[in-house]
Amino acid sequence: MEQFTGKVWVLGDDIDTDIIIPTEYLALKTIEDMKQYGFSPLRPELAAQIQPGDIIVAGKNFGCGSSREQAPEVIKALGIRCIIAKSFARIFFRNSINNGLLLIEQPDLYDDMKEGDSITVTVNEQVDYQGKAYPIASLPENLVEILQAGGLVKAMRRRNGLE
Amino acid sequence: MGQNIIEKIIAHNIGAASVKPGEIVTAQVDRVMLDDIMIPFIVDKFQEMGFSRIWDPDKVVLIYDHLVPASQQDDTRHYKVGDAFARQYGLTHVHRSDGICHQLMTEAGYVKPGHVVFGTDSHTTTYGCVGAFSTGIGYTEMAAILGTGTLWVKVPETIRVEISGTLPEGVMSKDVILRLIGDLGADGATYRCLEFGGSAVEQMSVSSRMTMANMAIEAGAKCAVFTPDEKTAEYCQITLDEFQKGLVPDEDAVYARTLTYQAEDFVPVMACPSQVDKIRPVSQLAGTPIDQVFLGSCTNGRLEDLEAAARVLKGRKVADYVKLIVTPASRLVYEQAAEKGILAVLAEAGAIITHPGCGLCCGRTGGILSDGERVVATNNRNFLGRMGTSKVEIYLASPATAAACAVAGKIVTEAMV
Amino acid sequence: MGMTIAEKIIALAAGVPEVKAGDIHTVNLDRMMSNDGTTHLTVDMYNQKLKHPRIADPKKMVFIVDHNVPSDSPKTAASQKKMRDFAREHGIDFWEGKGVCHQVMMENYVCPGELIFGADSHTCTYGALGAFGTGVGCTDLLYGMVTGTSWVLVPETVKFNLTGKLPEGVYPRDLMLTIIGEIGANGVNYQVMEFTGDGAKTLSVSDRMVLCNLAVEAGAKTAIFEADEIALQYLKERGREPKAVFSSDADAVYAREYTFDLSKIQPVAARPDFVDDVVPAKEVCGVRIDEAFLGSCNNGRIDDLRVGAAIVKGRKVADHVRFLVVPASQEVYLQALNEGLIATFMESGAIVMNPNCSVCWGSCQGVIGENEVLISTGTRNFKGRAGHPSSKVYLGSAATVAASAVKGEICTADML
Repeated sequence: MEQFTGKVWVLGDDIDTDIIIPTEYLALKTIEDMKQYGFSPLRPELAAQIQPGDIIVAGKNFGCGSSREQAPEVIKALGIRCIIAKSFARIFFRNSINNGLLLIEQPDLYDDMKEGDSITVTVNEQVDYQGKAYPIASLPENLVEILQAGGLVKAMRRRNGLE
Repeated sequence: MGQNIIEKIIAHNIGAASVKPGEIVTAQVDRVMLDDIMIPFIVDKFQEMGFSRIWDPDKVVLIYDHLVPASQQDDTRHYKVGDAFARQYGLTHVHRSDGICHQLMTEAGYVKPGHVVFGTDSHTTTYGCVGAFSTGIGYTEMAAILGTGTLWVKVPETIRVEISGTLPEGVMSKDVILRLIGDLGADGATYRCLEFGGSAVEQMSVSSRMTMANMAIEAGAKCAVFTPDEKTAEYCQITLDEFQKGLVPDEDAVYARTLTYQAEDFVPVMACPSQVDKIRPVSQLAGTPIDQVFLGSCTNGRLEDLEAAARVLKGRKVADYVKLIVTPASRLVYEQAAEKGILAVLAEAGAIITHPGCGLCCGRTGGILSDGERVVATNNRNFLGRMGTSKVEIYLASPATAAACAVAGKIVTEAMV
Repeated sequence: MGMTIAEKIIALAAGVPEVKAGDIHTVNLDRMMSNDGTTHLTVDMYNQKLKHPRIADPKKMVFIVDHNVPSDSPKTAASQKKMRDFAREHGIDFWEGKGVCHQVMMENYVCPGELIFGADSHTCTYGALGAFGTGVGCTDLLYGMVTGTSWVLVPETVKFNLTGKLPEGVYPRDLMLTIIGEIGANGVNYQVMEFTGDGAKTLSVSDRMVLCNLAVEAGAKTAIFEADEIALQYLKERGREPKAVFSSDADAVYAREYTFDLSKIQPVAARPDFVDDVVPAKEVCGVRIDEAFLGSCNNGRIDDLRVGAAIVKGRKVADHVRFLVVPASQEVYLQALNEGLIATFMESGAIVMNPNCSVCWGSCQGVIGENEVLISTGTRNFKGRAGHPSSKVYLGSAATVAASAVKGEICTADML
């Protein structure tokens, strides 16, 4: 099973899509233009600090608010490998999967997690942090299909005979 | 086993006798709504996916509202991209400056009871006010729908909200939904449908129901739904068919949870900064000074909302150094409010009346605030930084309460002015 | 030696019996206006640069938020808050969202014979009521605010004899653009344009505002009409009294004189990017437009809205055009609402905005994008004025603008 290790940024409950990418920047031409403003209302310095392969750990209801798909795209463009939260808002969840951004629900890790520490994720199995294993559930099959295709765009290209 | 409303809509859509929560089905889409912020991204994804035609251009509605009037030079690029897409693929339902997408989808007759509708905006839940199943999606899924006419849907569990009795004077449906979000929490209905019923709900206008369906997303709900009735039929200018008439829950319908309220128990409330579920009675907040009031949005920018504000503001003036910004939800609402003299009352009181659109609610223009300022607003979100800097405090309230606050220059209830 | 109206106003403000062009005088200012374009800078200087900050007379000050209203960014919101807090603290009259500053000033403050500084170039508008209004920078405004005085170099006056009457379908805006086209963008640099003659009598205060407002586009320090019975009636309706009513002496000295026959004026347009590149409107017909703007301190008054509404009534704005209608003030808006003009515009598909400077200022709602074309009743068509540097602005009358909005390309009203 796929396994990776990354440094963790800890965010709170109800991290909404306006925090992830404020409306002010939504009409910029590209996600690359937008990503520097990621999380700016909450932590203006965060976008510059995130390194490729880092992981976000957060509380409940991550990604609540608008349907803006720029939110998961910005997070992905910043190099975040996956987000582990107590729960996710549903539109954000769908948008992330459709863009190939891995989301993991885990009820306990957030309460124990200290920012800056590293964790190891074994997809569909568990997260390891300071010697403790936090179990994680498998994704539903139809979502695994989209993820495996590399996102919804690729799945549609395949359908249209382009890949 | 009995079916609730949303299960009946989904089952009908896929041609099944029944569906149950958790089932994943492929829905045949009746309508989609594309908005101006997302259109360039939708077009990119649509082209990248390799589609050469739209499954049914008549089912597609393209609406410019977040960026109207343009506040940044690049905003006009979105109109250009949208217009070119509409021309290339034969879209005929294009609204370029007619108001907020969610208002237009029901008001202009695009959504009917029983429809399955998706939009690239989270407040697409609004159309549940006429008994449709509608929810917000991202631009990638929208691009896939434009090509295929279908989308996978997980049948949601439903929370039944039963409200009996009559709402007290000065309490609006906004107060009801805010209280409910407070009780449920901002994630209390995640993935679920909120089904509203009871005598208080039956008494409500379609506009009042829209306010509640609109804000269902703020409790995390996938959708909200009301039984279509005679008011719905009149609003949609249709006669309900057998299927639409049957959109009432079976007696043995199954719910994840049922919440029961007595209408007489509701009071004017506000959502305090910066969480939609931080609900307090207005009376407990009374006296807090404010800098601005915003009356508008797809939540509360309709005729009855402007009427409620005008009732409070007639013959009065907005407090010195306080701005009241009024942004009607649509061109039709604006025209009706002009006709009825409501705009004159508001303007005479000192309101700044803008062109219909998303205005301040989407935080790009329309009355942005700065550090230390406080705004009472009738829209749906008070997130950190939504209307300016993260040091702006946003209180969400009903139109009647908001108008009273504008007169007093501080937080008050309508009864206090 | 005789004096012109402008010289008499300066003499009165300087407390001397006589002034002549080229003199420098210290004057008492009757009034000062500052808007959200620069007031925050003035306030910063007041708070940071002065040893003993004081305001000579807060009653002479008027602060008006009109350029970015409602606010469109945290930055403008912060500037406006600074302005609002300062006005509140010092008891300065404060207007927010009630209209374009010059319109608000004309409706509520300006009196014949006054000498008024405004931190905005179109302050010359006030000459329509026989006042001497001129634009200054925020440093000059600060000095005036602190001392109640300023210095003025007495300008020469250029006389514009107006004869005859404008033909049907031709407007003061066509007249003024024609004049600017003829004399050039620096044609009356640092001079006063004095409008007089029988033709002047045919013009309402609103018409006169159109002429005076654009005087700065010919380089003028200000423009002025004699405060005649038409002006005094306007004043009376608003419950105000003149400070002094002056007319120019028969032997007053003028730098030059021009005569314009109003009956010969035709609809014209100024082409991008110069106000003095004026051609008959017919010559630019057919240019495809993206946006049309009816509004501004130059042409957003009730008469202009009536002209525009009459043209769009029963018609629709072209699909690809955004037709912005922006009443110059709340007073104008209310009247237009009562007359049903707002309903007419809304039915035609126009975008009716709250009173503000809108696209005339180019940094407010309604800005235009890359390579877009605007036809406007605004004050200026400088490069990039209305938005993107590659965009183009044509100036025309309310009639031409409304007709173009319907047609989707520049055209005159008679071509619909």
